[in-house]
Amino acid sequence: MNPAFSVIMLTTSSGAGYGMLFWLGVMGAAGAMPAARWFGVVAVLIALALATAGLLASTLHLGHPERAWRAVSQWRTSWLSREGVVSLATYLPALAFAAAWGLGGPRGVATVVPGLLAALCTMLTVACQAMIYASLKPIRQWHNRFVLPNFLLLALFSGAACLAATTTFWEARSGRIVAGVGVVFCIGAAVAKIAYWRAIDRAPPVATMESATGLGTLGPVRELEAPHTEENYLLREMGYAIARKHGERLRGIALAVGFALPAILLILGLALGNPAALVLFPLAAIAALLGVYVERWLFFAQATHTITLYYGRAA
Amino acid sequence: MTDIPRQAPGQKKLGLVIDLDTCVGCHACAVNCKEWNTSGHYAPLTDFDAYQERPQGVWLNRVHSYEAGTGPDSRTVHFPRSCLHCEEPACVTVCPTGASYKRAEDGIVLVNTEICIGCKLCSWACPYGAREFDEDEGVMKKCTLCIDRIYNENIPEAERVPACVSTCPAHARHFGDLGDPDSAVSRLVAERGGYDLMPEMGYKPVNKYLPPRRRKSQAAAPGPAPEPSGAGGSVLRWIDRVLSR
Repeated sequence: MNPAFSVIMLTTSSGAGYGMLFWLGVMGAAGAMPAARWFGVVAVLIALALATAGLLASTLHLGHPERAWRAVSQWRTSWLSREGVVSLATYLPALAFAAAWGLGGPRGVATVVPGLLAALCTMLTVACQAMIYASLKPIRQWHNRFVLPNFLLLALFSGAACLAATTTFWEARSGRIVAGVGVVFCIGAAVAKIAYWRAIDRAPPVATMESATGLGTLGPVRELEAPHTEENYLLREMGYAIARKHGERLRGIALAVGFALPAILLILGLALGNPAALVLFPLAAIAALLGVYVERWLFFAQATHTITLYYGRAA
Repeated sequence: MTDIPRQAPGQKKLGLVIDLDTCVGCHACAVNCKEWNTSGHYAPLTDFDAYQERPQGVWLNRVHSYEAGTGPDSRTVHFPRSCLHCEEPACVTVCPTGASYKRAEDGIVLVNTEICIGCKLCSWACPYGAREFDEDEGVMKKCTLCIDRIYNENIPEAERVPACVSTCPAHARHFGDLGDPDSAVSRLVAERGGYDLMPEMGYKPVNKYLPPRRRKSQAAAPGPAPEPSGAGGSVLRWIDRVLSR
């Protein structure tokens, strides 16, 4: 599948933003966040900015961005529509959460309730994003049970890294708590990612040239002549392929930059405390975002579609 | 809405039956499809660099050629590929806007290009590559089963079939109601063992493909008989071969 910048930005940036908002809601309710009034407002706005940047980037993918509002109408059948509905709905509790924190601090019921509601909406949005991919039967690397936990864990990990970077500027203690959570979810996300890679490498193809053409009764099928001499939309969009050796190398880069490096930076920041953490935690967040971006690029580039069977390639 | 309309037994299901035994791979169906539809319902089917080194464009029907089997028994099979107007079309249910829909009255799957946002998700959801994005117009396009021909009262009744069917010189394409078990196309499917493409996907295609007819194994047959002297030219030898089948 073609790894379009706009779609990768959507899930990478909004995943981190929603993960950050989730932890703000949950940890705010648990009393683990700085009590400063400005902190709540600024942190929620940073999280929403990341989420909004992703959502806006995704409209670049559309042939008619001005019609994007129509996408909230088909929530009964379409995961993309559901994602649109829940992502827009998230703004209401999130903004109420920020306002209540700014006016009354993190502890009151007026802050905790919208905070937890926003946290719930963020995970529902990320789950809908995952299901857009996981519901597509022709793409075996997406249509499997590993995709949903991967999206959730990566959002929680990258969100925790972003929140740690923000929090540590207000209060060292809260920053350490979030960084600790970040380390745990970094390991969890890495395990989920490796399990996903192992699964897609071992899974059998969902269909073959023989079943795609129905000519298997005559014996093995091979392509004799393509319908057209040049590329077409199908091959550009669904036939995107990277060499296997690059795939292996990029997986290594994603693991090193996206998981090992942030884990080391977070642990170092925890050990050294402020002021070192003021540099280390933001670096960890940047590494996590870059790593998730590479990982998400691979999620597309290594996905194969059954249409390529008709062009004599494996799926 | 992108819900699939409920199907009653015997409901009209318009579709194509494609005979892979008689298709000669001339691409006339694809060309006539392009010709009709570039001025029809989804006009234009945009081309890029049409007269340059790398011409590309939107086509709703494409003809592949395969070799099936091995050794002397292998067959060259030409294989037209277009929308199968599935009974379980995920291309419809994934659509976030309702632009993609399946008609209740005849089962034809269509795109309303007036409200399509061009998110391309339907093309990802189709296992068969039936949908092609028009990058110039920013909307998705697909086979309409020539709804602007089959119901068109301004053209003679005999011509009210999809453009691909009307043009096929080998009569390898048949159009009709596959929901009616007594229709000519349904009988043809029953007689010839017509099949679904990728049934394991669960999309339940309406269009059916007729397999190439069985031939006597060439591997078991003795080599070409020695030519009797004075047996005549190639035409006579061909007649001899046909008669001795």
